[in-house]
Amino acid sequence: MAVKIQVENITKIFGKKPKKALELLDQNQSKDAILKATGNTVGVNKASFEVEDGEIFVIMGLSGSGKSTLVRLFNRLIEPTAGSVWIDGENLATMDQKTLRDVRRKKMSMVFQKFGLFPFRTIQSNVEYGLEIQGMDPAERKEKAGKALELVGLQGYENMHPDELSGGMQQRVGLARALANDPDVLLMDEAFSALDPLIRKDMQDELLDLQGKMRKTIIFITHDLDEALRIGDRITIMKDGAVIQTGTPEQILMHPKDDYVEKFVEDVDRSKVFTVEHVMSRAEAINIEKEGPRVALQRMKEGNISSIFVTNRQKELLGVVHSSDVSRLAQEGKDSVEEIIERNVPTVEKGTVLKDMMNLLTYTNIPLAVVEDNKLKGIVFRGSVMAALSGGEVIEHGNTSETAAGSMD
Amino acid sequence: MEILPKLPLAAWIDAFVEWLTNAEFFFDSLTNGIGWIISSIEAVFSLPPAWLLLIIIVLLTYFLAGRKIGLTIFVLLGLFLIDNLGFWDDMILTLSIVLTASIISIVIGVPIGIWMAKKGLVENVVKPVLDFMQTMPAFVYLIPAVAFFGIGMVPGVVASVIFAMPPTIRFTNLGIRQVSTEVIEAADAFGSTGSQKLFKVQLPMAKATIMAGINQTIMLALSMVVIASMIGAQGLGTAVYFAVGRNDAGGGFEAGIAIVVLAIILDRLTQSFGTKAKQ
Repeated sequence: MAVKIQVENITKIFGKKPKKALELLDQNQSKDAILKATGNTVGVNKASFEVEDGEIFVIMGLSGSGKSTLVRLFNRLIEPTAGSVWIDGENLATMDQKTLRDVRRKKMSMVFQKFGLFPFRTIQSNVEYGLEIQGMDPAERKEKAGKALELVGLQGYENMHPDELSGGMQQRVGLARALANDPDVLLMDEAFSALDPLIRKDMQDELLDLQGKMRKTIIFITHDLDEALRIGDRITIMKDGAVIQTGTPEQILMHPKDDYVEKFVEDVDRSKVFTVEHVMSRAEAINIEKEGPRVALQRMKEGNISSIFVTNRQKELLGVVHSSDVSRLAQEGKDSVEEIIERNVPTVEKGTVLKDMMNLLTYTNIPLAVVEDNKLKGIVFRGSVMAALSGGEVIEHGNTSETAAGSMD
Repeated sequence: MEILPKLPLAAWIDAFVEWLTNAEFFFDSLTNGIGWIISSIEAVFSLPPAWLLLIIIVLLTYFLAGRKIGLTIFVLLGLFLIDNLGFWDDMILTLSIVLTASIISIVIGVPIGIWMAKKGLVENVVKPVLDFMQTMPAFVYLIPAVAFFGIGMVPGVVASVIFAMPPTIRFTNLGIRQVSTEVIEAADAFGSTGSQKLFKVQLPMAKATIMAGINQTIMLALSMVVIASMIGAQGLGTAVYFAVGRNDAGGGFEAGIAIVVLAIILDRLTQSFGTKAKQ
């Protein structure tokens, strides 16, 4: 994917002596030391990362970590002290006011934690605001605002005022207002944090749905790790104004860079984050068109397992055979395992999260088959799932002997 | 304490006032301008006969102030009383002075308030000036006002403006500063220019507060009418002033009650604009 926004060493110092503070920052002095020496607060400390086109990039940190400051450096609601933010080859940090205004109008919209709606305007005219100040004619902006309201499911509320709507609906208005400009980039500052948990989850789902249709580049700020893991394609974790780690949810859970991140992710419900792909092993299988009971027995012996999947030449999953049946066939001298295939086997897909396959795993005593387009891609052992959920190392593909035996008996 | 000789403060101020009177041309045209506003407003109010104006004011009260029957009846009886006591023409004159002073206060005060809200430095400079304007006894303004504007309605208006303008400035400043940062950020984030932000977001949101300030300004201007009558501003104030001179309690109260009625009508009408803005 192409890089949409590139952030290089962006820094914000709050206070009267930013130059002095910057020097100290270059000498790797801590935030506290700089505060003591200059009376200035380091808001954002040389943050660098890239945001790819069309991804949901989550900036996550506790309060005071500088995440809300950071997002405001993107559209310069707060002026950066040093560093640069590149978008489509232009440096946001240094562009003049007129160009900046243009970027704010056309390329970047923002959604606010407490919605930031205009209370004296109707829903319709709130959503139209961004278009109105561009001087768009009323008919055209009415149509665009109508479309945006439809996207967020708020048709019929056009003539109400913000205070007549619930929090969740108000934030939909905030979202519609941001979408009406048809920006490339959406900045969402704790957009769902003021909503109660059930509504928050709905809004997260809806955002993912919308994102499926629109493919915007979304920079989402949150202090809630579950939210970050749920909606983020990639996450960056901030502490004291500095970026600690950037990566996919799985990378961050699996390889936390330091104690801070590790402590952070300690209590995460991993079953909601890890997918099947993560815990699957290479599948032991026989090809029914060329391999018979003897090969099957041999493979099971090698792998120390008690059953084996059966596929055709195209690797399409046919079912599973068990060692007792196979040895009987071998003794009878049959050439094909066709007659003993148990065809009703539970299957999962690569992208399924572990939470959703727990049930299957409970009711079967053979490994789960991972399929894609009905082709066997791998298998999941109960042991690997347990290992992943307990936070231990996930069994790497192929290394199956011990766990395999355990789960097969 | 008597080491220092007395500061010649009075002499300095006299010299300053003397020097200012050199700008005769400026003050003359100002006098003419203000005089023109007063007489125009007076002319408009004198145009309909008393009974018609009475009906118009009663209807305005009913429809603008939330269709309150009690208030409407009060206004009807109050105006009838003023007419009955023979103060109708005086009331028109007072109304003209008050409205002129209020209009000038708004035209000057609102922009200053906006400027204060935008620049901290301006706020720091203007605030003590406003304190000075409001705490200096109002009588004191009459003296230079006469020097610059002569005797009559105009110096009365000028003194009223100085005394009554501060609330409009303060409340405009306050109202704009009270607009929540997130709403301001939203206006900026969508690429508003400074004036778009002011006219489309800040002023509409500050409207109720600004209206409260304007209401205060009108009330203060009204409270100046008696004082202004000392330098020849005609109207209800003159009646009170004469009654004081003649030790005429009855006559004083008659005119006083007329001022109270006028105050209540103006107060309720302007307040209703404020609450409307809030909704």
